[in-house]
Amino acid sequence: MARIVLSGTLAPYTDGVLELQLDVANVRQLFQALGERYPELRDHLEAGIAVAIDNEIYQDALLQPIGRDSEVILISKIAGG
Amino acid sequence: MAAMLKYEKKDLKIVGTRPPRPDGVDKVTGRARFGADYNLPGQLIGKVLRSPHAHARIKSIDASAALTLAGVKAVVTRDDFAEMPDEMAAVGELMINFRDVTRNMMAREKVLYDGHPLAAVAAVSESVARAALALIEVEYEILPHVIDVVEAMRPGAPLLNENQYTAGVKPKPDHPSNVAKRLEFGCGDVAAGFKQADVIIAREFNTKPVHQGYIEPQACLASYSADGQAELWTSTQGHFVFRAQCAKVLQMDVSKIRVTPTEIGGGFGGKNNIYNEALAIALSRKSNHPVKMVMTREEVFRGTGPTPGANVKVKIGCTKDGKITAAEAELNFQAGAFPGSPVNQASMCAFTRYDLANVRVVGNDVVVNRPKVAAYRAPGAPIAVFGVESVIDEMAKKLGIDPIEFRLKNAAKEGTQTYYGPKLGSIGYIQTLEAARAHPHYSAPLGPNQGRGVATGFWFNIGNETTCSLNLQEDGTLTLNLGTVDVAGGSRAAMAMMVAEELGIEFERVRPFVGDTSTLGFNFLTAGSRSTFASGMACVIAARQVIEILRQRVAKIREVPLEAVAWKDGRAQPVDASVAQFAPMSLPEIARMAGKTGGTVAGHAEINAQGAGPGFGTHIVDVEVDRQTGSVKILRYTVVQDVGKAIHPAYVEGQLQGGAVQGIGWALNEEYVYGDDGVLQNPGFLDYRIPVASDLPRIDTVIVEVPNPNHPYGVRGCGEVPIISPMAAIANAIENAIGVRLLQQPFSPPRVLKAITDAAAATR
Repeated sequence: MARIVLSGTLAPYTDGVLELQLDVANVRQLFQALGERYPELRDHLEAGIAVAIDNEIYQDALLQPIGRDSEVILISKIAGG
Repeated sequence: MAAMLKYEKKDLKIVGTRPPRPDGVDKVTGRARFGADYNLPGQLIGKVLRSPHAHARIKSIDASAALTLAGVKAVVTRDDFAEMPDEMAAVGELMINFRDVTRNMMAREKVLYDGHPLAAVAAVSESVARAALALIEVEYEILPHVIDVVEAMRPGAPLLNENQYTAGVKPKPDHPSNVAKRLEFGCGDVAAGFKQADVIIAREFNTKPVHQGYIEPQACLASYSADGQAELWTSTQGHFVFRAQCAKVLQMDVSKIRVTPTEIGGGFGGKNNIYNEALAIALSRKSNHPVKMVMTREEVFRGTGPTPGANVKVKIGCTKDGKITAAEAELNFQAGAFPGSPVNQASMCAFTRYDLANVRVVGNDVVVNRPKVAAYRAPGAPIAVFGVESVIDEMAKKLGIDPIEFRLKNAAKEGTQTYYGPKLGSIGYIQTLEAARAHPHYSAPLGPNQGRGVATGFWFNIGNETTCSLNLQEDGTLTLNLGTVDVAGGSRAAMAMMVAEELGIEFERVRPFVGDTSTLGFNFLTAGSRSTFASGMACVIAARQVIEILRQRVAKIREVPLEAVAWKDGRAQPVDASVAQFAPMSLPEIARMAGKTGGTVAGHAEINAQGAGPGFGTHIVDVEVDRQTGSVKILRYTVVQDVGKAIHPAYVEGQLQGGAVQGIGWALNEEYVYGDDGVLQNPGFLDYRIPVASDLPRIDTVIVEVPNPNHPYGVRGCGEVPIISPMAAIANAIENAIGVRLLQQPFSPPRVLKAITDAAAATR
């Protein structure tokens, strides 16, 4: 199962949980699983969250594969000027 | 979707050279058409009625008298736009709260800042439109206002939105607040880290909002036809995003709006969102005429987004030998009238240049009675870095360590764990510090009242949705249709250079242009230093597609196996004489036969580019301070930055110089000045002073190239990083010159003089 790590900014929406293991094959499945487990987190996921899969950052990449032993860190989406 | 391309080291013939830009002649001869240069027969002029109050409830708006004025063809108010729910909605890949977008475009229940639009008029001339605005009667209930971020956070402060409760706080607060959102990032044990420290420095900083200062005000022309189609010409950083926003607020199909981006006289993040565009389409729809709207400079200042002002607290602990043990920051950012300051990104940028075990950053997004903030190069980062790099400089001085050496002792490198999440990949931060230390500027002698400052910056850089098409024309030249706006940085040249490099042909044979929204699929904004990275990747993919088709075509024409055909030096030729022998074919030869051998040849790419490489920079600045007037003169300035690969070095240097100049203005002069009544006092370039050429020395640049492994030419992007460091570097240089640390931007003569006087009084 992949190791999922959330930034402290998301703690209020996960009852303080910042790390968990999930059996997910891609980012879409990850967001779905997190949204089901933490409904308050759902609105934040596609709206403002990017993921770092094994330290490579992906934005708006719902079909990006997640390996069985991957570490996935949820971070804020980046924009710019 | 095409696979992302990885970096390949190879000999280059065109990438890295300095050909003239394709848009250059038009710009220097006046042929280039900017937003205000577009006109249509029968067009009307649109103007906006703006609030004179910082905060007021709208009791009524009566436009009946304006509508009876001869020459007035249409008026739109809040009643002409649909109510939007308070929820995030997709716009391309952006998620936007359209409740706020509609209210910022046109006030509904309340006006929330001086300059907030209340109505728009379309008339036969500007003078008639202005006369009509004066006839619109608005009845207000004046409300108390709040301008300052710290005051806005206090209990009992006037509330902008009575239904806003601070997000990111558990349990949900009992009372509404101007703090829209609280964020927290961190790692390790900050309290334990400070216990390990021999020296702790804590300082509080304040900054004022500053405007992007683009020379061309917002300008657009809209034409709505009887069959429900709309065309829009506008000065924008993202015509696809503007189309999506207009479609949403006007409740139109996306495909029924065609947006053409005009040449743009600067944007820097300030042209990422619509202001007048939807108003112009609505007025055109109502009047059955094209409607042109051009902002005045005063409207730009009063109505469009500056970057936020902020209150920043920074605390850093360090051992005697210069190892940082803990770092903490609180960033309180003004969002303007609606939530959405860049405090999130500022929080993530604050300390990322350093390899730190114990970090805590708290950010607050705070609404105040000012225009809603917009992005400005590396949004938020310069503000956070001003505080952090000032304390870093003070720490180095206190420990007696050279400022660059101190940074090197703590520098982030490949594999460093960031406090916001992932480990850093391949980066060039240390290389920029070493290049700065080796630069003659760093060891040049200084005179009396002169000082030298150093500061560093980091920006993530991004990729995102990007499309392009590359068409081989019948004479062997190519047209390159780009979906990312060239915001005057020269990206058209860079894209054409990458295509020419791939094809092995002269740069001049590729003609790049930015297509309208009907010619390509969705493209994200030109923002976040993404264009040369993401659009460049798309162009390379399209060029390689073209090469593949050309090889296939020649294999059929010459009746040889595909594997026997190589593409080299702009023509198809045998891979090896032992495999097959055939007469090589040049690009023009193939192009001439293309129609009769299967049709024209084209490549295209539709990607969501991933793998942007972070950028780092180090700035050195020398200043001279006039102790009698407080005036600060920039004597010498050097920008060192890792850009991955400079496709066109002259345009990269221009980005580095431009960022530094904007940062110098931010540091020394620029600020929004509000009266006690909440009205902006300096909405013009006479009273809001941006730097001019005579204020500045030559800005030297050193390009460091540590390739991004996730781009075929190693590109990282370069537009954001150079504005991050100047404010801090100049503050550090002033301290080095006169021994006084400036904690409040701008470092204008009155403020510097007061700091000198206060410091002298404190030592008496």
